[in-house]
Amino acid sequence: MSQVASMHSAVEPAETPLTPESWGKLGMWIFLAGDAVGFGVLLASYGAMRATSADWPNPYAVLGINLTAFMTFLLICSSVTMVKALEWLSRGDRNKARWFLFFTALGGAIFVSLQAFEWTHLIERGLHASGNPWGATLFGTSFFIVTGFHGLHVTAGVIYLLAIIRVVSRRPEAMASYNITEITGLYWHFVDLVWIMVFTFLYLI
Amino acid sequence: MADAGHKHPNYMAIFWWLAILTVIELAVIFTPLGKFTIGVLLCALAVTKAALVAMYFMHLRFETRTLGLIALTPLTIATFLVFVLLPDGFAVAKKTDPSRKPAVTESAKH
Repeated sequence: MSQVASMHSAVEPAETPLTPESWGKLGMWIFLAGDAVGFGVLLASYGAMRATSADWPNPYAVLGINLTAFMTFLLICSSVTMVKALEWLSRGDRNKARWFLFFTALGGAIFVSLQAFEWTHLIERGLHASGNPWGATLFGTSFFIVTGFHGLHVTAGVIYLLAIIRVVSRRPEAMASYNITEITGLYWHFVDLVWIMVFTFLYLI
Repeated sequence: MADAGHKHPNYMAIFWWLAILTVIELAVIFTPLGKFTIGVLLCALAVTKAALVAMYFMHLRFETRTLGLIALTPLTIATFLVFVLLPDGFAVAKKTDPSRKPAVTESAKH
């Protein structure tokens, strides 16, 4: 495998001018840009639908923001534990890095659980994708699509983080897993960044 | 190795900024300002928070300018999309609104 890799690097330029550390990082950035278009389209169409709807319910009165404010805080905290994991790797402490990666995954898992709780609660109160007691049908539809799409990303992120913990455990040198951990971090912070937008547009405004 | 020279900004300072901005966001809703002003303020706060995450947590500040442009592209596309969709949305709203019959709003819900 390493022979293939070395042959490959002989053909391809060794480093990309955009991300000198690795091609993987550039790959993740391009993936995230594509993913951001997905979220951008969802949020932009949400904004357009809402601006032109006559009976859009007041989101924070219907959805409640106490729980989601806490979820926002939780996701910000998990972003901090993610960068701390990276910092510990650069200092050569694999064990601490692994713990911080685990805390990050735990934060994500709690976030998704709270979202499931919130959805259950809202569905019981009558918020459905096909209608709701407060006004425009699209209010419920867009709510479930946008938060669902984001929740799916968090779930994928938790699985991704758990896989990376395994990789960090297997590589004896801390710096050997620095790059892939940084790439994982990019994905995780992106999920946090998107939530900042979702929280503002779907709950607060 | 290039990684070893990677700068680590003061992450805790960014965390506190994010936490403070979130509290301000929550406070803004309850201010007696107009709906439009509150909306603009909330958008500005959200963009600031997102920029902090991208610049420091995602290290975009320490990357090349071209990578920053790649990251900005989706935001530009989404902004354009709002302006592309709005005229259509307003045209539909104009068609349905003046009638103001309860029957029309009922059927619009299905």
